[in-house]
Amino acid sequence: MSGGPCDRCEELLQDFLDRTLTDQEWKEAERHLAGCDYCARRYRFEETVRKYVKTSAVERMPPGLMAKLDDLRGLDATA
Amino acid sequence: MSEPEPATEARRIAAEQRDRARFEEEALALADQVYRVARRLVGSREEAEDLVQETYARAFRSWRSFTPGTNMRAWLLRILTNLNVDRGRRIQRTPQTQPLEETDYYLANKVASAAGEEALETDEVVGRLSQDSVVRALSEIPPQFRDVVVLVDIGDFTYADAAQILDVPIGTVMSRLHRGRRALKQHLAEEALA
Repeated sequence: MSGGPCDRCEELLQDFLDRTLTDQEWKEAERHLAGCDYCARRYRFEETVRKYVKTSAVERMPPGLMAKLDDLRGLDATA
Repeated sequence: MSEPEPATEARRIAAEQRDRARFEEEALALADQVYRVARRLVGSREEAEDLVQETYARAFRSWRSFTPGTNMRAWLLRILTNLNVDRGRRIQRTPQTQPLEETDYYLANKVASAAGEEALETDEVVGRLSQDSVVRALSEIPPQFRDVVVLVDIGDFTYADAAQILDVPIGTVMSRLHRGRRALKQHLAEEALA
């Protein structure tokens, strides 16, 4: 990394979207994003990709599995 | 010490049965969420079903070890991930290697150089990625990184919950998550630009 402001913004990307930045880092990212289309575009893109991955990866429970789990109720600790 | 009165003993047993039934109801209400995580940790639907059934069998047997009022979803996933690791069933399509250290803009930069900066503002990339290609990309992440990505990004667990489930420090969760997401983006780039 060259250590420029866009590199720094890239370092903050994941924690920014996870909302785990400190107040100071958050302000730093927001200040840079307000004036940098290049990074702002990449932040929005990352957010879209994350949502899409989540939506695509979710697979609902197959029919019939709940009945099998229900049959397990009352299992004895020694069984 | 004298034997408990039969009526007292009957009340104790009835109370325990009620607690147990409540525990089982609460656990079953989480089954769909447990399955969603299981499905992305193993390679097939059948394996995911088996893993969830084994998880519930163990949970129902050891229901007394659950502390009421704590996070049952995390407790169930802890059982599930332990069973999964114990049985060596985690998807192992790729050798146990560390992901390459690409940067966080990797996918965006790849897309921008292939299709132009404006492609980042449209659904073009999402349109190039089928559901199957996302699933395939997830399965290509080395297991120790994928577990964290699946728990946090698919299962919506907090860093702290993921740390508790996997029995690792929270810093390890954060570092595996960052690296797992970068690995995911490398594979998504391969899928999107193939």
